[in-house]
Amino acid sequence: MVASTIGLKRVVIEPVTRVEGHGKVTILLDEKRQVRQTRLHIVEFRGFERFIQGRPFWEVPVLVQRLCGICPVSHHLAAAKAMDRIVGGEKLTPTAEKMRRLMHYGQFFQSHALHFFHLVSPDLLFGFDADPAIRNVIGVALKYPELAVQGVMMRKYGQEVIKRTAGKKIHGTGAIPGGINKNLSIQERDELLKDLEQMVIWSRAALKLCKDYTVEHLEKLAPFGSFDSNHLSIIRQDGALDIYNGGLRAITADGKKIFDHVDNQKYLEYIAEEVRPWSYMKFPFIKPLGPETGWYRVGPLARINTADFIDTPEAEAARKEFMALTKGKPNNISMAYHWARLIELLHAIEKIKELLHDKDLQGTDLVVKGSRRDEAVGILEAPRGTLFHHYKVDKNDQVVMANLIVSTTNNNEPMNRAIQKVAQDDLSGHELTEGLLNHIEVAIRAYDPCLSCATHALGQMPLVVEVVDVDGNIVDRKVRGVCE
Amino acid sequence: MSATIEFTIDGKEIKGQPGQTILEAAQQAGVYIPRLCYMKGLTPWGSCRVCTVLINGRPQAACTQPIAPGMVVESSTDKVNALRRNIIDMLFVEGNHFCMFCEKSGSCELQALAYRLGIAAPKYPFMFPKRELDMSHPDVFIDHNRCIQCARCVRASRDVDGKHVFDFADRGAHRRIAVNAEAFLKDTDLAVTDKAAEACPVGAIVKKRTGYAVPFGQRLYDKKPIGSEIEAGVKS
Repeated sequence: MVASTIGLKRVVIEPVTRVEGHGKVTILLDEKRQVRQTRLHIVEFRGFERFIQGRPFWEVPVLVQRLCGICPVSHHLAAAKAMDRIVGGEKLTPTAEKMRRLMHYGQFFQSHALHFFHLVSPDLLFGFDADPAIRNVIGVALKYPELAVQGVMMRKYGQEVIKRTAGKKIHGTGAIPGGINKNLSIQERDELLKDLEQMVIWSRAALKLCKDYTVEHLEKLAPFGSFDSNHLSIIRQDGALDIYNGGLRAITADGKKIFDHVDNQKYLEYIAEEVRPWSYMKFPFIKPLGPETGWYRVGPLARINTADFIDTPEAEAARKEFMALTKGKPNNISMAYHWARLIELLHAIEKIKELLHDKDLQGTDLVVKGSRRDEAVGILEAPRGTLFHHYKVDKNDQVVMANLIVSTTNNNEPMNRAIQKVAQDDLSGHELTEGLLNHIEVAIRAYDPCLSCATHALGQMPLVVEVVDVDGNIVDRKVRGVCE
Repeated sequence: MSATIEFTIDGKEIKGQPGQTILEAAQQAGVYIPRLCYMKGLTPWGSCRVCTVLINGRPQAACTQPIAPGMVVESSTDKVNALRRNIIDMLFVEGNHFCMFCEKSGSCELQALAYRLGIAAPKYPFMFPKRELDMSHPDVFIDHNRCIQCARCVRASRDVDGKHVFDFADRGAHRRIAVNAEAFLKDTDLAVTDKAAEACPVGAIVKKRTGYAVPFGQRLYDKKPIGSEIEAGVKS
């Protein structure tokens, strides 16, 4: 952080484009155009934690998912996991757990496909500095129509999985405290099986495309917005990647375990959040390490790094290949997020296949109840990383406290580090162009942030860049896609 | 006196019995007249005015107006439905009806009527009143945000349950459902098995811990619009 901003020029990228939600980046330049400070600001404020207070606890899984339209299933299920414990029904029936898992894998599949094909592929296919008139999803659709169609169809498939498990493609009601409100009918299963093999084929191809791109451009991508960091995720008891259930595992940049299999209910003993005055988004850190060194990354890269293995064959083979790049040590390359994300895409479709052939999904034992509790934590892996939901409920069944630490919040410090690095490496001393400023956004997109969730709104995607002189006068202004 | 009374609704000849209201006679003949405060088994109240029809050109509540020979009733016409839409619109904006997460969604009569009458969004500005929840009772709760003051709970408790748990308090814009206790529902003798606990057409008086148990596609009004069962001749 700079001690004083006096005499520095301020460049603003607002809003950041091709991300979920609304944010801005400010860059402070000195007289020699050297970057002195770069920050990602989250400018939304939503207040879910406050306004669900007083509501009936069973309403929360349905209400709180309205945080987001991209991965509402994550919030739906994290809240449901917490409410399972409130009703003493955390040991779900096989049908309930597998229906929820199917819903969650469906969401991973659609969210990862959306991110790769619609938000990221323009940067990879046309180049970071390409003409913004073609560096967008329409450009992809015109030049690579088959890829664009795949992206749309894969997202649709994931949404169809969600519809058949949650009742609706967006904002369903499937998970209820202690279980699920429906099973999967044979007809629904067969509808999903119809397009399954095509989805597997397209997932393999997308992974190959991304892997080949990364390996081919490794020299450029390896240092791009990269830095060493801790990594955090939940992990299955046997060390397998698990996005629905598991204890918390954190590792250092070189793979040493900081903690492992931490009981979700005790997360507050291990995770704390720091507030900084310039952002609505908090900065979480590993408590024993403190805010200076305790910050960590979450999401696909962190999950592949923390996992001992993946329990589906093709994704496991892909993981081994990924880890071989860094000789088995954690991969700390920001741009490797994309490769890791597509390994998860393949894993998700493999799991969907496995589940669709499981007869438990046609079971009729849907809900369990037990001894009532008044406090519970629900943690799972959302597409963008570890998601924490923590609630207290009073004897009248009303929510009296809610604390949400969402995936993108966990990645707050890493995203700031990534853009700081890119700004210093690529922007310092240069005439600023739209293409160069896109480098900043490329680094942010690697993390697939959901700024709506992170502030607990839907933002617009146009971009305004202003260069302001020392006295606050606008000396340069570039506008794209903004109605003024 | 004739055993049947003949009249018309929207040109259709209807035969009713003496003492029937327009709504009852219409229902028996398979004609659905929209309603909210009417509930079979409860004394007609005539307060919501959603069942308004034009009798020989005059607006009347079909749930309280007895039939008479030769009546010419207008019900499902653009003019009458416009009146009904206005009423539904006002009910929506006067309370806090957040269908997107309401557990009554899909089985709510207010929401179902809005869909049937083609209301996509209210035309009046939302009032966003500040209202409270009463969650004190172990099995039933009141969410005043969603109350439309139809008095079905008042009549069910008084006339069917014989308890008088609910009644209105305050006046004018401040009128609200109150309970027969110092402050809270828990201090009344309401039981979850009471008719009053299931009489609410919206999500204002709801049985606890039952929300969202019915999946999409299987809720009361997911497949057919409200009133379809009457039009299909299903006896209730």
